[in-house]
Amino acid sequence: MAIWLAQLSVDRWRLSNGLKRGEGADAHPTALIAETAHGPGVEAANAAAKSQGVNAGMMLADARTLCPKLAVHPADPAGDLEALEKTALWAQRWGPWSTVDAPDGVIVDVTGAAHLFGGEDRLMDDVQTRFAARDMNVRAAIAPTAGAAWALAHYGTHCGQSGHNSAILAPDEDMPGRLSGLPVAALRLDPDVLTVLRRLGLKRLGDLDRVESSGTNSRRNMQDNRGRDALQRRFRHKFRAGMKGRTSPGSNPLVRMDQLLGRVPEPLLPIIPHDMPLVQRRLVEPIRHRALLDQVLSDLAQDMGRVLEGLGEGARRLDLGLWRVDGEVIIRTLEMAAATRDPTHMIRLLSSRLEDIDAGFGIESVRLRASWAQPVALSQDNIEDAVSDVSSAISGTSLAACVDRLTVKLGQQAVTKPAASASHLPERGQIWQPPLDTQSPHQKVLGFHKRPLKLLDKKEKISVHYDVPDGFPQSFTWRGSLRKVIKAEGPERIAPEWWREKSTARLRDYYRIEDAEGCRYWIYRQGTGDDGRGGAPQWFMHGLFG
Amino acid sequence: MSRSAYSLPASADAILRASKGVKPAVMTSSDGADVRQSRKWRPGLADPAQHPCHNEIFARSDGASGAGLVLALACDALAIEAKGPLTCADDQRHILWVQTRDAIKRAGRPYVHGLPPELRRRLIHVAADTAQDALFALEEGVRCRDLAFVVGEILGDPRELDFTASRRLTLAAQRHGSRLYLLRLDAKPDLSSARMRWNAASAPSNTPRWNADAPGNPAWTAELFRARSHPIGKWILHNDKGELSVRKPTKRFSEYSKSPFIIPRAANAAKAGVSPNYGNMARATVGRSLAAL
Repeated sequence: MAIWLAQLSVDRWRLSNGLKRGEGADAHPTALIAETAHGPGVEAANAAAKSQGVNAGMMLADARTLCPKLAVHPADPAGDLEALEKTALWAQRWGPWSTVDAPDGVIVDVTGAAHLFGGEDRLMDDVQTRFAARDMNVRAAIAPTAGAAWALAHYGTHCGQSGHNSAILAPDEDMPGRLSGLPVAALRLDPDVLTVLRRLGLKRLGDLDRVESSGTNSRRNMQDNRGRDALQRRFRHKFRAGMKGRTSPGSNPLVRMDQLLGRVPEPLLPIIPHDMPLVQRRLVEPIRHRALLDQVLSDLAQDMGRVLEGLGEGARRLDLGLWRVDGEVIIRTLEMAAATRDPTHMIRLLSSRLEDIDAGFGIESVRLRASWAQPVALSQDNIEDAVSDVSSAISGTSLAACVDRLTVKLGQQAVTKPAASASHLPERGQIWQPPLDTQSPHQKVLGFHKRPLKLLDKKEKISVHYDVPDGFPQSFTWRGSLRKVIKAEGPERIAPEWWREKSTARLRDYYRIEDAEGCRYWIYRQGTGDDGRGGAPQWFMHGLFG
Repeated sequence: MSRSAYSLPASADAILRASKGVKPAVMTSSDGADVRQSRKWRPGLADPAQHPCHNEIFARSDGASGAGLVLALACDALAIEAKGPLTCADDQRHILWVQTRDAIKRAGRPYVHGLPPELRRRLIHVAADTAQDALFALEEGVRCRDLAFVVGEILGDPRELDFTASRRLTLAAQRHGSRLYLLRLDAKPDLSSARMRWNAASAPSNTPRWNADAPGNPAWTAELFRARSHPIGKWILHNDKGELSVRKPTKRFSEYSKSPFIIPRAANAAKAGVSPNYGNMARATVGRSLAAL
């Protein structure tokens, strides 16, 4: 079932001003305007303005010439969308799931649900009655596919035939026949596609269907398929150039036609209500001191812990809002490494974020919201913890709590976990990820590739002395001291990654060496003498073996 | 994990006795040898409860020998712990490695492919801007019950790392029974409350089996220069057989054999007027021919 809130923004404006339909300010021509690149444009117009010729999509200057008395108010698209989402949730009274059809429609799945209202006719009556009670202007239609219902709701002729509601298309009816009279705009196409179709002379769905099905009637004759093929080619070429390879169903009338008739599926994303756990305290007396704020915070954290426990969830992100008497709002956001609902942990993390708060003339309202929550199973308390008041002081903190404390104090980037990544270059073979993320599985490294325990962030240039070029190094100078090479193994050649580096990148020959004191190093020579990618090869210190 | 590592009352008791002129009976065993000497440190010392909580390792910054020794000691302690009856077979606890920025710049970051294989997926790294932040992170890590051990790496002698700070770390580590290895790069051994203090340096490696010119498995010269529960000593440790072990002095390393490892003990014993107890020096030849010796 598709419900079209034909005058959503005007209805919202009217209802928010407490006006009845056609009374007071609504009796005068009124338009809701929005700023566009070419000046103010009309987003929506009420009935009085429409009767004077003002339509949505006009520029305000044009509309003023038609109707000099036109009153204007700013449009509110974000508010309209929010209202539409609420309406979509409310519309789940008629079916198990619903979705928002922006900008002004709602689609409800009423499959197998109509008999609960006494049939589809009565369901439609119920829809009309309910929306009439809310004083909103709607058109609704029921059809086997979402596309057909949308087409009927927007473009169907609602002149009831004898005992038959034309807004209802039963599954056993002749769907192409019923829909053939509708204009092609009923296919939910982009405006430029509509222009192309109008120029081609395809104005009704019947025209399009005839072009398409001319081949299917005599399928043996392959020549007759050319109508569909031509259309296919026409739109494929046009929109490959125009939309940079992206194809949306709205740019291809054939796909839309197939969706309308149920030949291809059309997935829709249902809307699911989700409310954030929120606790707040309004204070009789504004607080100005940290000790009182800490008390309020601990109360809030306890409340939040209880709310989250009831939901079986734990908070990953907490937003703390402090409303000051003079209208300032202070927001502190906190993200945690693992979902938690432990009040003491929350208090500890939050209190470290409150050092720099300026209370001004006092804080009158405090609100704590868990804007990101994850399911956490209920678990039994640790008996040892339950006995003692200061649980973490005795038995230690958990890993997640420890990581949280470190992250809050030292920053997100300071606490990381190394993980292997798919690259042969040593410095790219390791990435740093958040500490409690799971590591993706990776191929095992070869056992004979000995890698150093530590890698220098910045490779340090060394000067190497060798007896023969391309031979083992004999001694080298690093950080100002000369080290004699006693043992060496190599080279292990690592080629540059040609798919991401410049063609002048040089290969590396890595050597494991041990000096007279037994210190083991990983050094490499960048390039060879005769690779033609620069002068004499340079040597670098890259890693230290344990 | 040892929860009963409150050594303060015991030592206070000892001081009390000493002030009263009572010779503490526990300090000498029946044969007169020092108890501390009979508990000479060795790799795989099979008493995890006695394992010290706070270790300090001094090393040079132009090499990873200190870090290598830290990981070797820690893995050795973990292996002993895993033999205990109360531990689960598969230890997947994380380890925390805290480095200051200047230590990272000077001595590099840990590299995941070079870590011991059992630690590769378990490392959490903290890059602290200052020594103060690093000490905070170390204390938080020591307090955490889900960490296998904590490694700290601090360059030089920052002012924040004084006796108070090290005492704080020791107390926290004792209280929570966690292991802390504080690696001091290019630092001079100042006042500290660490239970064991080591000097680490690299040692020439053994020749690998297949390539005589290649560097072998790492070896370290580890000098225990201050410890509460063990006599001091110097060892060459290596990891060749999969577990930490002491290398016997060979002809090749004659410079080490000049100063045998038992010297401190023998000297102490001679000073005390007791003949040194070398144990049973003749090895039993069970199942082996004399020619094999």
